[in-house]
Amino acid sequence: MWKKSLYFVCFTVLFTILVACSNGEETADTQTGGSLVTISGSTSVGPLAEKLAMKYEEENDVKIEVNQIGSSAGITNAISGVSQIGMSSRDLKQEEKDSNLQELIIAYDGIVVVAHPSNPVKNLTMEQVKQIFTGEVTNWKEVGGKDMEIVVVSREDGSGSRDAFQEIVGYESGQLIKNAIVASGNGNIKTTVAMNKHAIGFISFEYVDESVSTMDINGVQAKAENVLAGQYELSRPFLFVHKEDVPGSAKQFMEFILTPEGQKIVESAGAIPLTK
Amino acid sequence: MATQHTKEVEQQISKGNARKYFFEKLSSKIFLACALLSVISLLLIVGFVFYKGANPFVTGDYSFLSFIFGSEWVPSEDKFGIFPMIVASIYATMGALVIGVPVGLFTAIFLAEIAPKRVAKIVSPAIQLLAGIPSVLYGVFGLAIIVPFLQDNLGLARGQSLIAVILVLAIMMLPTIVTIAETAIRAVPKSYREGSLALGVSEIGTIFKVVVPAAKSGIMAAIVLGLGRALGETMAVILVAGNSLIIPTSLTDSIRPLTTNIALEMGYAAGTHLEMLFATGIVLFSFILILNFVLARLTAKGGH
Repeated sequence: MWKKSLYFVCFTVLFTILVACSNGEETADTQTGGSLVTISGSTSVGPLAEKLAMKYEEENDVKIEVNQIGSSAGITNAISGVSQIGMSSRDLKQEEKDSNLQELIIAYDGIVVVAHPSNPVKNLTMEQVKQIFTGEVTNWKEVGGKDMEIVVVSREDGSGSRDAFQEIVGYESGQLIKNAIVASGNGNIKTTVAMNKHAIGFISFEYVDESVSTMDINGVQAKAENVLAGQYELSRPFLFVHKEDVPGSAKQFMEFILTPEGQKIVESAGAIPLTK
Repeated sequence: MATQHTKEVEQQISKGNARKYFFEKLSSKIFLACALLSVISLLLIVGFVFYKGANPFVTGDYSFLSFIFGSEWVPSEDKFGIFPMIVASIYATMGALVIGVPVGLFTAIFLAEIAPKRVAKIVSPAIQLLAGIPSVLYGVFGLAIIVPFLQDNLGLARGQSLIAVILVLAIMMLPTIVTIAETAIRAVPKSYREGSLALGVSEIGTIFKVVVPAAKSGIMAAIVLGLGRALGETMAVILVAGNSLIIPTSLTDSIRPLTTNIALEMGYAAGTHLEMLFATGIVLFSFILILNFVLARLTAKGGH
């Protein structure tokens, strides 16, 4: 008897906790009273979207929900209508473009190829970058440096930055040189490269500092101006994608991002604003 | 009057008893609930990992064998093979054992048998403190000291390597091995030593021929627990392993053990990729289960 009732109590408690957890978000949304904008997608765009949302929520009676689940999942959500807006850190693929999505570029991001500060190589062609990351070139002297092994440092599979980098440079995940060091996150890559004079890696513009030396690509310096002028190739747009019939509150939020005030937030978040 | 008085007293006593029994029952239920909580957590975690991890093999058309023996791990191209990681995990753990067991065992013998009390009083707490250091700090230490040391002194292009992992893990498993082995050695009856010494055996001879064999099952338990610690370690390893996807053939190759594969890619994984990481967890969990089974057998023997 006692045992049974105890089990019953345990499970009821557990069940209530689970239910309470799963219901938490919904109740929070309805309590705010204002309308709700749902955004999901790229983890690279996510932090920027969060900052924009925070500022926008302060001044408007709107609740903005940002979920960082990766570019592909975000675009899928925008197509299926699960989210009003999808975030993408890469260009849309053809089948995604065919599904009547509107694209809005909210900012640009640049990817920089970095090496140890002591490395004399300061310029690589896009082809050389590809050869290095796919293992065709394994010694720095082949690209004009000292006679020492190249240690490739890459982001983990699934990372948006890695996807974008591979897409622009032109190689597939499976082609990455097998003994590449894999590190998670931009900061981790920077530390690994900064500590190893053999290393080469890639990080986002916002993470660059004097602990690593940056590479020019095809003779073009990695600078925001060069990205905007369309000369620096290792860059990607930060996109918001949405269907035409999104609610007005979502449209207003997107308009806010394009205002000078919104673009100022873009710049403070480390991304490249649309105009400079 | 007198009878009434005794009745009142009786009533009070029975009231007190009722309350006592109630609290007795209540507290036993509370304790039971607490005990159940850990069992429920275990079931929830295991159930969740297995449910998620088994999904691609049950509903999708992935084969579990090619998952275990496949040597290519390219999630974006739908290739999921964890053989290099299984090999890496085994090499790293075994390597750590080769260094950690002799050092740990000798430390335990020193503390229990040889060291003067004053010395043991300093060394023992130091070792226990070593166990309390958060594992990420071991990783930072490895990344800041061991990795550059290997790069500079062995002339390696990449210091993140199997040998770096082994060194970090060996240090990490020391406290586990030392404390449990020391307890086992101290538990050996004094009469064993006295008998051996009385027969004219030297002190070191006594330790290795009499004391250590007598404490064997405890020492084995210490080793197995140390093994479990090394196998499951993640945060320290992720920083010094390099996480390359190759089957290691030398100590200087950079490796990706099972644990770091999960931790490294969990952040961005979705769909099948995510489920395959849970499947990696199943494999890891199976290793730990086997270890625990071995441990249970060892301690059961030790307890006669």
